[in-house]
Amino acid sequence: MRVLVIEDDQETAAFLKRALKESGHVAEHAADGEVGLDLARTNAYDVLIVDRMLPKFDGLGVIRALRTEEIHTPALILSALGEVDDRVKGLRAGGDDYLTKPYAFSELLARIEVLARRTSPEEGSTRLVVGDLVLDRLSHKVTRAGEAIMLQPREFRLLEYLMKHAGQVVTRTMLLENVWDYHFDPQTNVIDVHISRLRSKIDKNFEQPLLHTVRGAGYTIRDSAH
Amino acid sequence: MTALTKLFRTTTFRLSLIYLALFSGAAVIAIVYLYWNTTVLLSRQLNQTIDAELKGLAEQYRAGGRDQLVRIVAQRSRTPGSSLYLVADKNEKQLAGNLSAVSPQLWDSVGPVEFFYSRPAPGGMERRLAFANVFRLPGGDRLIVGRDIEDRQELSRLIRSTMLWGLGVMALVGIGGGYWVSRRLLARIDNLSATTRTIMAGDLSRRLPVSGSGDELDRLAQSLNLMLARIEQLMAGLREVSDNIAHDLKTPLNRLRNRVEEALREPPDESSYRDALELTIEEADGLIKTFNALLSIARLEAGAGGDHRDRLDLAALVADVAELYEPVAEERGIALSAETSGPVLVRGDRQLLGQALANLIDNALKYGAPSASQGNGVSPEVTVRADHQDGMAEIAVSDRGPGVPAAERERVLGRFVRLEASRSEPGSGLGLSLVAAVARLHGGALRLEDNEPGLRVVFWLPLERDALLNETVASPSPGVELRTS
Repeated sequence: MRVLVIEDDQETAAFLKRALKESGHVAEHAADGEVGLDLARTNAYDVLIVDRMLPKFDGLGVIRALRTEEIHTPALILSALGEVDDRVKGLRAGGDDYLTKPYAFSELLARIEVLARRTSPEEGSTRLVVGDLVLDRLSHKVTRAGEAIMLQPREFRLLEYLMKHAGQVVTRTMLLENVWDYHFDPQTNVIDVHISRLRSKIDKNFEQPLLHTVRGAGYTIRDSAH
Repeated sequence: MTALTKLFRTTTFRLSLIYLALFSGAAVIAIVYLYWNTTVLLSRQLNQTIDAELKGLAEQYRAGGRDQLVRIVAQRSRTPGSSLYLVADKNEKQLAGNLSAVSPQLWDSVGPVEFFYSRPAPGGMERRLAFANVFRLPGGDRLIVGRDIEDRQELSRLIRSTMLWGLGVMALVGIGGGYWVSRRLLARIDNLSATTRTIMAGDLSRRLPVSGSGDELDRLAQSLNLMLARIEQLMAGLREVSDNIAHDLKTPLNRLRNRVEEALREPPDESSYRDALELTIEEADGLIKTFNALLSIARLEAGAGGDHRDRLDLAALVADVAELYEPVAEERGIALSAETSGPVLVRGDRQLLGQALANLIDNALKYGAPSASQGNGVSPEVTVRADHQDGMAEIAVSDRGPGVPAAERERVLGRFVRLEASRSEPGSGLGLSLVAAVARLHGGALRLEDNEPGLRVVFWLPLERDALLNETVASPSPGVELRTS
């Protein structure tokens, strides 16, 4: 995955480049909005990581300029402004995701990996399959090894989100935002309890677990047999 | 700036001067008019009197010649309070009349003339002003008929001096009064300014003096005092918060630092390093959470945020958030139930209201379990209810825990306030203050009640119906009809 980091703080940029490289990605860096916009225009990136406050040309301006030029590279906005209003402004400018500083790198990584894959054709499919687990988005039925699994509506959506991003790490915040549409910190780790309930329904009576916990990051659903 | 220029710059003093000038002008006009009219009237009367006398005397002269004239004049001159008469021959010899010692000017003049004459008075002679008509009779004789106008002059002088004195006194009283009133006002203003400066210098407990007269300055001072009270309250809040930040952020920061230092001091070992670093990240995350909550509260209290208010159903939100927490409650062995009866429509920010509700439920789950002392009769349960009454939407979160003593209920809404009993549970003490801030932003409030046993937190805000009503009221009135001619 080729990532462009538009960030004015040298140390943060160096950290991101290093960490992305360790995760197997290629990262390039632009120190201000103008350079960033130039690079994003001329090169094909999978994801842009854009700091909101940049010298010369502000982050939202960069994204807005790209979108008017019909360049739809997924963009994640990094910002110190974390209120709902700020997030809405960021998404309205054409950003695809919004992450508030300070953040955990695992959170950032999970989000850009999901963003980069977003353009894949799987998005529109009505059947999601992971191993022997099948989720039908039309009939709202879930089966594992042919056995029907009864899920509550919210559990269904939780599983759907996980399966849509099968093989990718999904963080707790991502689940709270995308499954519940809550953009706040619920204090207690409510997501963990929901996951363990879901796990007891889809994994309990099967030898091969599909829903895995990724320590320090979140969860992933994948067929480890393959 | 000298005291006098300062005084002159006061509005009161300037107003006094302007009023003084206006009143003086009016008074001068009135007096001049009076004086002028009086003078005209008196002159006319004088002329008429003299004319009448002259006419009478002329008739006598025509009838009986000089002798008759002399006789009549002598007769009239003896009447008390009479006019002034003189008949003299061409050698200036007085033939009859009560005028004596006539000056040469009068002797030579003809027609109407003003002159001084002397007349006997108690204690000698007195000089008085007179007005007369001088005639030359055939044969060189002279007839002078006049009136004493000293009294009239006296009246004019009186009016003039009255005017001058009056104006003088008016100016004196005006300037003096203006000075006095301005000084009084200036003294009060100076007092207010001095107090304000003391307050600005940092003594926020001071208040502006109120005289008790209820005048405009008092009202201003009272308003300013209310403002000062609010500022003091805010400052106290700020001070309290910074104290609490010092405690609640510095303590974990110190812990974090100690742990890192300790890890560095120990012999190099990868697994202990890793443990130390993981704990450090955990601590940092906790700090970030506290910091975010503080920022959110500060923004909400400053009236920012909540720009995305939509029409939303509180009952649905209650069911939604309750569903989010239901597995957590189950894990803790608490029965969490959402009771709703039909939609409760409000205009609000879903994220903020959701967070507020989440905080309330989270609190109830954490601190709302019955304590051992309450015995086994109470089953652990948390109830969330969305309802509306009297035009207000209400969310009530009730638990069966130890509750909050009535005296503490106000205090727990403050930032970083944690009851001693709850210190064992993790938390920042910011949850309820965030909820209260969300309620205030939505035009509502938070109230804590006794659930007998347990705590019931009621979060209320205006129903959407009111918002709709207000919109209708605020809609523009139909346009004014245009008339064509």
